[in-house]
Amino acid sequence: MSGYHHTTTTENLPTEHLNPVFTSENMAEVQVILKRYPEGKQKSAVLPILHIAQKQWGWLSSPVMDYVATMMDILPIEVYEVATFYTMFHTNPVGNYVLEVCRTGPCCLLGAEQVIDRIKERYNIHEGETSADGMFTIKPVECLAACGFAPVMQIREQYFEHLSVENIDALLDQLAATDPKTIGYVGNMPVDVK
Amino acid sequence: MALKILTEHINVPGIKTLEVYRQYGGYRSVEKAVKTMSPDDVVEEVKKSGLRGRGGAGFPTGMKWSFIDKKSGNPRYLVCNADESEPGTFKDRYLMSNNPHALVEGMITSSYALGANLSYIYVRGELLYVIRILQKAIDEAYAAGYLGKNILGSGYDLDLHVHPGGGAYICGEETALIESLEGKRGNPRNKPPFPAVKGLYQNPTVVNNVETIAAVPWIVNNTGDEYAKIGIGRSTGTKLISACGHLQKQGIYEIELGVPVEEFIYSDEYCGGIRKGHELKAVVAGGSSVPILPAHLILKTANGENRLMTYESLADGGFATGTMLGSGGFIAMDETTCIVRNTWNFARFYSHESCGQCSPCREGTGWMEKVLYRIEHGQGREHDIDLLVDVAKKIEGNTICPLGDAAAWPVAAAIRHFRHEFEWHIRQPQEATQPGAVYREQVLV
Ligand SMILES: Cc1cc2nc3c(=O)[nH]c(=O)nc-3n(C[C@H](O)[C@H](O)[C@H](O)COP(=O)(O)O)c2cc1C
Ligand code: SF4
Ligand code: FES
Repeated sequence: MSGYHHTTTTENLPTEHLNPVFTSENMAEVQVILKRYPEGKQKSAVLPILHIAQKQWGWLSSPVMDYVATMMDILPIEVYEVATFYTMFHTNPVGNYVLEVCRTGPCCLLGAEQVIDRIKERYNIHEGETSADGMFTIKPVECLAACGFAPVMQIREQYFEHLSVENIDALLDQLAATDPKTIGYVGNMPVDVK
Repeated sequence: MALKILTEHINVPGIKTLEVYRQYGGYRSVEKAVKTMSPDDVVEEVKKSGLRGRGGAGFPTGMKWSFIDKKSGNPRYLVCNADESEPGTFKDRYLMSNNPHALVEGMITSSYALGANLSYIYVRGELLYVIRILQKAIDEAYAAGYLGKNILGSGYDLDLHVHPGGGAYICGEETALIESLEGKRGNPRNKPPFPAVKGLYQNPTVVNNVETIAAVPWIVNNTGDEYAKIGIGRSTGTKLISACGHLQKQGIYEIELGVPVEEFIYSDEYCGGIRKGHELKAVVAGGSSVPILPAHLILKTANGENRLMTYESLADGGFATGTMLGSGGFIAMDETTCIVRNTWNFARFYSHESCGQCSPCREGTGWMEKVLYRIEHGQGREHDIDLLVDVAKKIEGNTICPLGDAAAWPVAAAIRHFRHEFEWHIRQPQEATQPGAVYREQVLV
């Protein structure tokens, strides 16, 4: 797993990562979540809160994780530990769209490897890298619980099903032409690409 | 038409709303349980039903519930395992997203049985859209008085919340799930103590799969004895099977336990056969962790009897010639499938998902992945096959949690039934590593 280097330098960070604060809307959601756990067990909320943080900042830099730790009154290491254990969290900068393509057996029976290879070739990138225009990061992932609709890819909250080398280029063209703020967020149901 | 319990109304328009769900008999089990039954009565019905855990292990649910420590007086919790990450398994996602109230109702009735006043549904983090659907159903249930204080005037209180994971297969293991729910890394705990004694926040906890919980309302409404009449022997009730791979009709099917495997694969009511122009080569019947079987052994047992979709029939012959029903993740492979490549792929999965706590699992899964990679890529050595068998044996039974076994079994089984394919890769690397090359009977010299 590639980990973000937790140096204290914030030199190259985008400005929104410096002195991070939740938007009032996200803060309201965080407050609701914190109430779901018994008194004294608020640490339980770290995963849901990190999801909200990733939604706001796109990835989890150390200032963002430190902010979450302070807000939850736990140690920064407790947040780093969790953020690096769970594969959904990006601890390095990512493109506008992270293409999380399933690479597990059932998807491979139906061509997932070819789809992943096509994406890498199209942008001339390796796994985990981002296309030169900053648009797409390719991140193969393990089974997404959608094996009957294989091959499958996830972008943020949205599933894309029945991918193939024939339809992946058209889908990527379409994504590149769409405002990234509208894809993969709340309320986007799975899409059958076939 | 086969009897449907979990999916009977799943295609009714609007079934995701409490109003429509109630029109189709929803929430009757909550009324019945909290108003006319004691918690122990509910446990008793579930015991009588013979319902077994649908998450993979098939442990009798009623018995598990009776282990929960009610004496200590500590708070008790019910945690629903909606981590659904076992490759080949995609049934819980379907149930939750298309009929969320079925799970919410099951959680209320089951929590009542256990005397839990706070319960959680732990959903794998990738399914954030499902979490939003569940949250809506939960909000509706609160508004209608099925959740919160003094449910339906019975004096019983229950709070129910959804909790997202973060992407980690190991969090499907129940003690890792509990750690994760406490806001930590998903490292499985040593057992004992079992969750029924010390689980979430060190309090008595039951962890059950989505499908298990969703079966409880029917059992409470119709009695455990009626449920036990469905199925065969100790495989009672219905089961969701998620079928994928080289099938005409992949999808999620609710079957009565006892359907012949052959009928499940070939009849039009279910998968409709193997994709056109191809034939069945092998099946992984219960999610990636269970042993793979070649076509002839999945259709018939070693004694020549029809193999049935039951816990017992699929396991007939032990690991020598049998497999397991597991989670119901049914992966069918036709003759175009390279068993070595598929085995390597699964080995990579387990190596990637090992939490790293115990060395046999951490080192062994990585080792198996490396050896399988080199065999698949034409650099295998003659003794590699025995090496794999040896490593698998050293992992099995020597780890804190069953992920080690789950990683070892598929490798051992692939070699047991398809050793010739591994040999072909090692002895004929030039042929075996051609793009798309797959072992065929006549190829081996
Ligand atoms: C590595 C591993 C992964 C597991 N993943 C799941 C899972 O995704 N969903 C599930 O319900 N059970 C899973 N289980 C089984 C659980 O540990 C537990 O047995 C189950 O949730 C109990 O519920 P049940 O009795 O209703 O089946 C997994 C077990 C192991 C060892
Ligand atoms: S068997 Fe593997 S996954 Fe399970 S506790 Fe040990 S290292 Fe972790
Ligand atoms: S294997 Fe790709 S979703 Fe399951």
